[in-house]
Amino acid sequence: MALAEQLRQARLRPARRTLADRGDLLGRIMLAPALAYVLLLAGVPFVLAIMLSFSSATAGGLEFHWVGLHNFAEILPDPLFHRAIINTILITVVSQIAVMVLATVTALVLDAGIRGMRVFRFLLLLPWAVPVSLAALAWVWMFDSTFSVINWTLRALGLLHGWLYWFGDTTLALTAIIVVDVWRMFPFATVIVLAGLTSIPQDIREAALVDGAGFWRRVFQIEFPLIVPIASVAVLFGIAFTATDLTTVYLLTNGGPYNSTQVLSTLAFQRGILGGDLGQGAAIALFLLPVLALATIILLRFARRTEIGS
Amino acid sequence: MGYVEIRDLHKTFAEVHAVDGVDLSIEEGEFLVLLGPSGCGKTTLMRMIAGLETPTSGEIVIGGEPMDEDIPPRSRDIAMVFQSYALYPHKTAFSNIAFPLEAAHKTRSEIIERVQATAAMFGIAHLLQRYPRQLSGGERQRVALARAVVRNPGVFLFDEPLSNLDARQRTTARVELKQLQRKLGTTIIYVTHDQVEAMGLGDRVAVMNHGRVLQIGTPRDVYDDPADTFVATFLGSPPMNLVELNEATWLGFRPERFLPRASFVAAADVAAFRFLVRHVEYLGSDRLVYGRLDGESADEKDVIATVPVTVDQPIAAGETYDFAVDRRALRYFDRRSGSSSSDGTG
Repeated sequence: MALAEQLRQARLRPARRTLADRGDLLGRIMLAPALAYVLLLAGVPFVLAIMLSFSSATAGGLEFHWVGLHNFAEILPDPLFHRAIINTILITVVSQIAVMVLATVTALVLDAGIRGMRVFRFLLLLPWAVPVSLAALAWVWMFDSTFSVINWTLRALGLLHGWLYWFGDTTLALTAIIVVDVWRMFPFATVIVLAGLTSIPQDIREAALVDGAGFWRRVFQIEFPLIVPIASVAVLFGIAFTATDLTTVYLLTNGGPYNSTQVLSTLAFQRGILGGDLGQGAAIALFLLPVLALATIILLRFARRTEIGS
Repeated sequence: MGYVEIRDLHKTFAEVHAVDGVDLSIEEGEFLVLLGPSGCGKTTLMRMIAGLETPTSGEIVIGGEPMDEDIPPRSRDIAMVFQSYALYPHKTAFSNIAFPLEAAHKTRSEIIERVQATAAMFGIAHLLQRYPRQLSGGERQRVALARAVVRNPGVFLFDEPLSNLDARQRTTARVELKQLQRKLGTTIIYVTHDQVEAMGLGDRVAVMNHGRVLQIGTPRDVYDDPADTFVATFLGSPPMNLVELNEATWLGFRPERFLPRASFVAAADVAAFRFLVRHVEYLGSDRLVYGRLDGESADEKDVIATVPVTVDQPIAAGETYDFAVDRRALRYFDRRSGSSSSDGTG
């Protein structure tokens, strides 16, 4: 058969529409695994937690009795619960402020275009990639009552004359927790802020230079406002991550000394899992949910408002 | 001595000579256009004047003050309008225009007064509360101009400020820019790759290529007497025809000078050619006639004649006609160096 004839016949049979041509169906199919993942691993436990918080379920039994607001009524007057709320908010707010200040300064330094920035950026992200348990072990050693390198260093420098028992004192223990949280969260925030700074068009920076703005005016009037939308993502992430984090406190102080560093997540774990009172544990864990939801809404609105100009 | 003096300026980016020995002297109040194709170094040259780029070597003097590399852009008494306008997206038009005054620590009342006066000058007084994204391209351009003008600087640097406008806006903006310069009398250095802008705006035009200024002169100078074949073919649309005169010389003539013999008076001193027409484009005001001169080999580039509508002689593809160029409009270029020579003998 002549080539021209083959071509003519091929043209007569139009190719059928394949799955790849059907954007609507393909989109749904490709979204399905992600949706299933969220529903099964976040949605189900979330609904379960809400149900548990209204029940008298225990870790030891299969009974499930509806008790209404009983669990909440139990914890509300509990001084330990108050302590946990205060600690959670304190640790979250202080560490996030420290994280954002440190991250912004580091990002500004990195953005100034130093040599070997790629290597530095990689090193910077390491703390974030290190498993928490491993990192916590290192920190436990650094804060150790006998071997604390921090103490020995301060002593060698002549800055410390007594001895700091990091996990033996409430203030020091909270400080230690905040230090570790900052250490963990700040690389990620730096990378996000750096991405924000990098995304500012070069023209706009140069316009500010030519317009006569000095360093501080450029930072506060041009660069900060332009990175607010992206930086608020870092803050949002940091708040959610720190406020709900169990591992740092659990591994460093386990709530001690004398429950003085309990946060909501460790207290929920202690009551719900170790203590077996699933209902009360769920009630404690859920307590911050409305607060976090509110914080999320405020931050997102703030970010959107600053975006109006762009 | 000019208001802006540039002496033997070089800028090298990793082996690439972006600016390769430029000397320029720009008078106070002059409108100088740096014209050239993209990558010719015109923007780099302007950025060095602005202080956004550090010269590899050479000297820049503005208003008698040598601009060493430790003199930042803010201390150079310049204002710049960027191709993208570079408006601050999070600031209103008012705050954008006020920004240079705030940076100069002017009082609030002076800032308000000067911003409003400048905005009125550009007809944007009613837009001051809007954000850049709420403005049209032409309005953004005016805000960017106002932000430059409000400081009353010694030199304006314009980096292709009209390239983001459509053709109609560009024509209007060109006229307005020229009027603005007459009103302010401020020195302007203007970068563009658009020859129409360059010719229409510049008191003088500096044509650049490969990091060098090839020719500087009035628009008429650079158009009528190009210093070399690059200038000859970069300016003009269509460009100057270059045909082989002899071993050593190119003969150059502008398409609009290349007309049917009959349109010259019989006694005129003309160079006559037989013109084999290949193809005719009808453009309304002109006809572009493509073809080759008799005796030229067929693989040569087409010679083009721009025949105005006032010449009504029929011209058809495939035919041969008598064409001519006024001898005074003939230009000669050395074939080896490309530079202009006085005639075919030299």
